[in-house]
Amino acid sequence: MNMPATNPAVEPPISEKSGWDRAIASRSFLFGAAITFLVAAMALISFFWTPFDVTNLVIANRLKSPSVQFLFGTDHFGRDIFSMIMIGARNSIAVALVAVGIGMAIGVPLGAWAAAKRGWVDEILMRTNDVVFAFPSVLSAVMITAIFGPGAINAIIAIGIFNIPVFARLTRGSALSLWSRDYILAARVSGKGATRITVEHILPNILNLLIVQGTIQFSLGILAEAGLSYLGLGAQPPMPSWGRMLSEAQTMIALAPHMAIFPGVAIILTVLGLNLMGDGLRDAFDPKLRGEN
Amino acid sequence: MSILSVENLGLAIGTKSILKNISFKLHKGRITGLVGESGSGKSLTALAMMQLLPRGSRTTGSIKFDGAELLDANEEAMCALRGDDIGMVFQEPMTALNPLKSIGEQVAEGIRIHSGASEEEVQKRTRAILDRVGLPFEKHPLSRFPHELSGGQRQRVVIAMACAMKPKLLIADEPTTALDVIVQARILDLLKELVEENDMALLLISHDLGVVAELSDDIVIMRKGEMIEQGDAIRVLRQRAHPYTAQLAEASTHQPIKNQNRKIDQHSEPMVKVDNLVCEYPGKRVSLFGKGVPFRAVDNVSWKMQKGEILGLVGESGCGKSTLSRTLLGLMQPAAGQIFFEGQLIGSPDGIQREAIVEFVQAVFQDPYSSFNPRHTAERLVGEPLFLRHAMQRSQKRELVVKALEDVGLAASDLAKYPHEFSGGQRQRLAIARAIVNSPKLIIADEPVSALDVSIRAQILDLIIELRERLGLAWLFVSHDLSVVQTICDNVMIMKAGKIVEKGSVVSVYSKPAHTYTSELIEAAPNLARAIELRMKENAR
Repeated sequence: MNMPATNPAVEPPISEKSGWDRAIASRSFLFGAAITFLVAAMALISFFWTPFDVTNLVIANRLKSPSVQFLFGTDHFGRDIFSMIMIGARNSIAVALVAVGIGMAIGVPLGAWAAAKRGWVDEILMRTNDVVFAFPSVLSAVMITAIFGPGAINAIIAIGIFNIPVFARLTRGSALSLWSRDYILAARVSGKGATRITVEHILPNILNLLIVQGTIQFSLGILAEAGLSYLGLGAQPPMPSWGRMLSEAQTMIALAPHMAIFPGVAIILTVLGLNLMGDGLRDAFDPKLRGEN
Repeated sequence: MSILSVENLGLAIGTKSILKNISFKLHKGRITGLVGESGSGKSLTALAMMQLLPRGSRTTGSIKFDGAELLDANEEAMCALRGDDIGMVFQEPMTALNPLKSIGEQVAEGIRIHSGASEEEVQKRTRAILDRVGLPFEKHPLSRFPHELSGGQRQRVVIAMACAMKPKLLIADEPTTALDVIVQARILDLLKELVEENDMALLLISHDLGVVAELSDDIVIMRKGEMIEQGDAIRVLRQRAHPYTAQLAEASTHQPIKNQNRKIDQHSEPMVKVDNLVCEYPGKRVSLFGKGVPFRAVDNVSWKMQKGEILGLVGESGCGKSTLSRTLLGLMQPAAGQIFFEGQLIGSPDGIQREAIVEFVQAVFQDPYSSFNPRHTAERLVGEPLFLRHAMQRSQKRELVVKALEDVGLAASDLAKYPHEFSGGQRQRLAIARAIVNSPKLIIADEPVSALDVSIRAQILDLIIELRERLGLAWLFVSHDLSVVQTICDNVMIMKAGKIVEKGSVVSVYSKPAHTYTSELIEAAPNLARAIELRMKENAR
């Protein structure tokens, strides 16, 4: 405050083009968004229609290779793999989305609180965060599902808990740098309290960052869900899930490789799409990269 | 003899033309001041000399250094020149130094690369140059790191790096803008001595005519990428032949018109009364539960202020002036003492009356760029201090905002604009509008003009006086710049290390400073008129 500020000429001009405009112009964002849209559309359609009924086991059709009738082939119970992937997408998206929601709903307020209060509140919150962070996430998820029993709900909780510190740290870090701005000082001089300042000035200014991180956590959530259901700790049969489809394919890998390939490709594509979208968003909103494209 | 000559230099970045027809010469043993407001292209001219222009730049014309053309020189040839024959000093010494390397290493690096001397020789020369810039080895071993030094000492290290190879040309881009006045004076003296000793040319880039007038032999004045005038510094600054030169010089010595009849009644009940105020920051913990010794930023300070008074608060960075103003704004709780506004106790160790403070006092900050939430409109930004008035209708609030905007010279049509749509000067007006919207009686302005160009600075100073005359506002004007304080304030307090060492009317403090620190400050502050006078006398001799 005492130092004369840097020469105004050195100040970067505030770009009038918004991050969203730049994001739409970026190829990786568009490609990622297209894949994500496709997967989401598949999940939505599965509510009304799938090529085959996956609860209907037709042993005669077991282990069919991909054909015009069964696009991705069938599994050892004769179920259509394409239909199962459609319904599995529903499950993956729901688990990851709710888990990110839990992470944001708890992590963001905690981070904002720590940044506003500083001192011992900050210390306690952040050190607790560190402890949660220190556990290998899959191992702890296994522990949680082992205690409360396997199932989609418990998988959501387990993955959600590990999203909390990610969002808490991100929020705290970016909020701290905003708290030193003069416009925050001006708001305090106007008599506004910490909560109001956080809602009015801090959160809107870090929303972009949260969206970017949310996209990335979403893709990690899909991976984690696949991992948990691969171990049999996620959604339970007969509900199809990508991870469990992989684990069931394991014993048949020599006989029917398509059973493993298609769910695997589905996971990879979804994660890739979300990551590309997140990267595109991050580049578009990162002030350091502004003006380079 | 000219060491560098710039001829018809033109620069375009992308499709935008930045510099046009720049021509000047730099001479050995002479200091050339390059002056201009922000956006004049002075820094880019310097970067063109070093061939450090941003990507996508196209240059035309010629820059000849020691007979060799620099604009065609390849990167390899430039690397050999930079740091050897051409040195550069930047504005911000903290970012110009690598925080992970000791000062010895950073200075030695250049010597090692360019001289190829033995390691022993390199160390010897490093010590010698650091000693020369005023960092003797006994007090400042080479193993010191930048964060262990003060701002002025860091700038000395940067100068040592630039001068280690005894360059023929030194480019200093706003070398003292980030420093306190006393430190600034010493750094400028050092630069002057180095020029004389090494017979090098110095290009001194500055926005401050006072600094340039004190130091420069020649001057080049730029505006919007064009050269306005050049020649002998003192002659140009005295004759002010070009209207822009005259305008700049007027703005830097600008004296707002005050109502001379206005008398501030020093004997009636004071508007602000501060009694034995102490403000402390918690010290570093000595152990897990042991509290450290608190740092006393404001140490037993008492003063009074009358209605409609403009009171200057002067001191160098870290003296406690910002802490004092934050405490008055109710952002910090005093550790001891009391603050009264119109006889009402509003701040003491027992508590702060936040709502009373908001209605009584508002603030204007230094940097008009970071003072506003970029996502809010002017209406919402300026109306912020009204939020405690829950009973007020939206339309009433809007009326007050419009009135405040008009008071500072903006218009109702600016209501829906966002901060980036305003220029730097307009933003500072916007900041003042926000401060006056709820009709406070006191405004605390923390360095309100030090980030502004001189011409805008003059307008803002006029506005401050005008608002005082029209609305009867009192101002606490916090600044490190004595010349600005002299032009605008009625009374002044000089603060040093948390204590007020001197207070009184501006006239008496400036003409008869009682404390040695005050006279030091006045001596060190760059002053255009005084500098010209001094240089004239020197030349006459």
